[in-house]
Amino acid sequence: MATSVTPHAHAGPQGFIRKYIFSLDHKVIGIQYFFLALTAVWVGMFLSLLMRIHLLWPGVTLPLVGEIKPETYLSLLTMHGTIMVFFVLTTAPQGGFGNYFLPIQIGAPDMAFPVLNMLSFWTTFVAFVVIIAAFFVSGGAPLHGWTGYPPLSAIQQAGPGEGLGADLWITSIAIFCLASLMGALNFLTTTLDMRAKGMTMMRMPLTVWSWFITAILGLLAFGVLLSAGILLLMDRNLGTSFYVPLVVVNGQIMGHKGGSPLLWQHLFWFFGHPEVYIAILPGMGVASQILSTFSRKPIFGYKAMVYAMLGIGFLGFMVWGHHMFMSGMSPYSAFAFSLLTMCIGVPSAIKTFNWLGTMYKARIRFQTPMLYAIGFVSLFVSGGLSGPFLAQPVLDIQLHDTYFVVGHFHLIMGVAAIFGMFAATYYWVPKMFGRMMNETWGRIHFFLTLAGTYAIFMPMHYLGIAGGTRRYSQYTEVAYLQKLMPLHQFMTYAAIITIAAQFIFVINLFWSIFKGPKASDNPWESTTLEWTTATPPPHDNFGGVTPVVNNGPYEYGVPGAARDFVMQTDPAVGPAH
Amino acid sequence: MATYVPSSPVSQLGRGGGVPRPPQGGGEDGRYPDSNSPDYGARLRRARLGLICAIATVSMVFVSLTSAYVVRRGLPTFDDSSRTYFRDWGSVQLPWLLLGINTALLLISSVTMEKARRNMARNAALAPVRSIPGVSLGEERSFPWLGATILLGFGFLIGQWMAWGELKGRGFLVNTNPDSSFIYLLTATHAVHLAGGVIALLWAGATSLLQRPIEGRRIVVDVTAWYWHFMAVLWIYVFALLAFVR
Repeated sequence: MATSVTPHAHAGPQGFIRKYIFSLDHKVIGIQYFFLALTAVWVGMFLSLLMRIHLLWPGVTLPLVGEIKPETYLSLLTMHGTIMVFFVLTTAPQGGFGNYFLPIQIGAPDMAFPVLNMLSFWTTFVAFVVIIAAFFVSGGAPLHGWTGYPPLSAIQQAGPGEGLGADLWITSIAIFCLASLMGALNFLTTTLDMRAKGMTMMRMPLTVWSWFITAILGLLAFGVLLSAGILLLMDRNLGTSFYVPLVVVNGQIMGHKGGSPLLWQHLFWFFGHPEVYIAILPGMGVASQILSTFSRKPIFGYKAMVYAMLGIGFLGFMVWGHHMFMSGMSPYSAFAFSLLTMCIGVPSAIKTFNWLGTMYKARIRFQTPMLYAIGFVSLFVSGGLSGPFLAQPVLDIQLHDTYFVVGHFHLIMGVAAIFGMFAATYYWVPKMFGRMMNETWGRIHFFLTLAGTYAIFMPMHYLGIAGGTRRYSQYTEVAYLQKLMPLHQFMTYAAIITIAAQFIFVINLFWSIFKGPKASDNPWESTTLEWTTATPPPHDNFGGVTPVVNNGPYEYGVPGAARDFVMQTDPAVGPAH
Repeated sequence: MATYVPSSPVSQLGRGGGVPRPPQGGGEDGRYPDSNSPDYGARLRRARLGLICAIATVSMVFVSLTSAYVVRRGLPTFDDSSRTYFRDWGSVQLPWLLLGINTALLLISSVTMEKARRNMARNAALAPVRSIPGVSLGEERSFPWLGATILLGFGFLIGQWMAWGELKGRGFLVNTNPDSSFIYLLTATHAVHLAGGVIALLWAGATSLLQRPIEGRRIVVDVTAWYWHFMAVLWIYVFALLAFVR
């Protein structure tokens, strides 16, 4: 294997601050993103627990929170959605695992722009602080949902949280956009320019492809959200009328006229739909990586997987209108958006069948990362199957404001992506921290979480079909929904158990980081470059050695081989060698 | 770690990422130089690639603002007194002369920026020769193109500030009508981005004073130059939008 000495792109860490706080090392930054997202997910989960408790017992006074009023419920809903979408689903898979493993998996010593990488993390951190601050200002957090539809989001007098809280919400999103743009720029440049010798695009692991495509989506989508947010801030604070028509609030005519709330919806969803794929694509990459590794088989249809991800990313920009069937759009437009949405089913099905094909007749190692990868596929299918229903305008008009949609997007975008993160955590923690996670507790955590998430989100589909509206804070007062309350009870109890199960994960994680059995350099017998280096990887990733790639990323079960896997850096198999 | 020497033919390999090919792709042209000196060629390439990404995202910002502009321009609004819909877009009288002068300033600055970029590239190329003891290329005093660009950049920003003052004087504030809202929005967004370019140029100037290696300075100037040209093109676009789509 040809090697050469690699000079590191930036100075090594000196002192605690440079090493752990304002580090330029992509691995430290990845870990920072990971723990930021872990903090955010607990905040988001706590908010959802409050909502579920309130739905069952609307009059109960909770410690720390007090009585949850209807407007408080809407604030919880808004902040839960925003924190989960931006600071968990966008942050952990891309900022966390992507930052840590993309450079190593392509054989680079670091990201292309380490300073920008650090700035990107700290900008994200500031965005998180700003959005949390919205809880503590006068009026509290905003009410307008994570989608921020005007006129509610554009008028300060529209509700108790729509004053400073809403300004902080928009500011946080704008800051987050800047951070994501910096991150996307770094990911793209690193992938295109810093691959090791022999690491052709078609030898990149599917994880790298997923981060790469996600970065393209982020680069094109977050700029649009940033523009939309600036217009919203101007409507709120400078008296412009981009989004706000002539409206009356509490008997008072506001100074706006002529604006269109639909303009926001178009801009928002032009970002919002690709955001779904920004959340889920890294999960697809991780699932592919793990399914192949633990099936001890090459990924079925590598190229098809790459093209399917590219297809999903491309189509993701053309279907934003399916979120707006309720807006009274032209039936011709609705038809076009519906058709294009259905088209996404094709690459999605390719991926699903390829995952199944990878596992078919395999000698599967059912370890925790594999369980979560299979769980990811399960949730992706379960959540995805309700997509074509919602892609039909006539059905969507019936189902749009019901729990059917809540169940759909939580399964496909929320929990599936989180299962991808769990899979990645169990798979890569040994490499990141040099310790194995406890397998038994990992399995218990998996089965509780899988059963729990299905118990929470599957009934929502029935609830929605039965007419159970979403965003209501008190179903106990609505006569025709009373028969559905047992379902709500069931979901709330399931949520409590599922959230409790997450303590197993956190305890396992921290216990393992400090006390877990030491991990070898390649505990899963994987093939990609991160498993060729020391555990945990040294500062420059490969200890001054430049990897040279000779093989594809998923060479398992190669006939005639001494062992059932061929590392990417192993001598190339084939007539040329 | 690699001890396995395969004997199986390539056709028996799995489909795990394609048939092995001779090493190619990244890393073959100076990404992992053997010496410990910084590889400025790779850095320049990376910086340019990063700039292309940045330009893509700035373009998306202006594409979305243009989309909002076109949609909002066509929206009717309801007049309660006459119970009819009418177009409330408004009509702002722009200070064309001032904007024309600003445009000229920016275009000239693009030329000076290009001169600065080429000068810097030439100096960076000649630096190894100059560093040879006893070799002299003669005393060269070139025009301070970078400084001129910074001045012209500031001139453009001051000119835009004056244009906003002029608009205000004519009674057009940011919330007067949608037309004025978009004029302020588009010109301010462009000015903020251009100010970023001015800061980069000031940084390039500072690195010169700080005696940083010329190759490093060249990267800053090169990338800023391309960004600056993009800003000039973007301004022409904004100018045309405001002039012809009203």
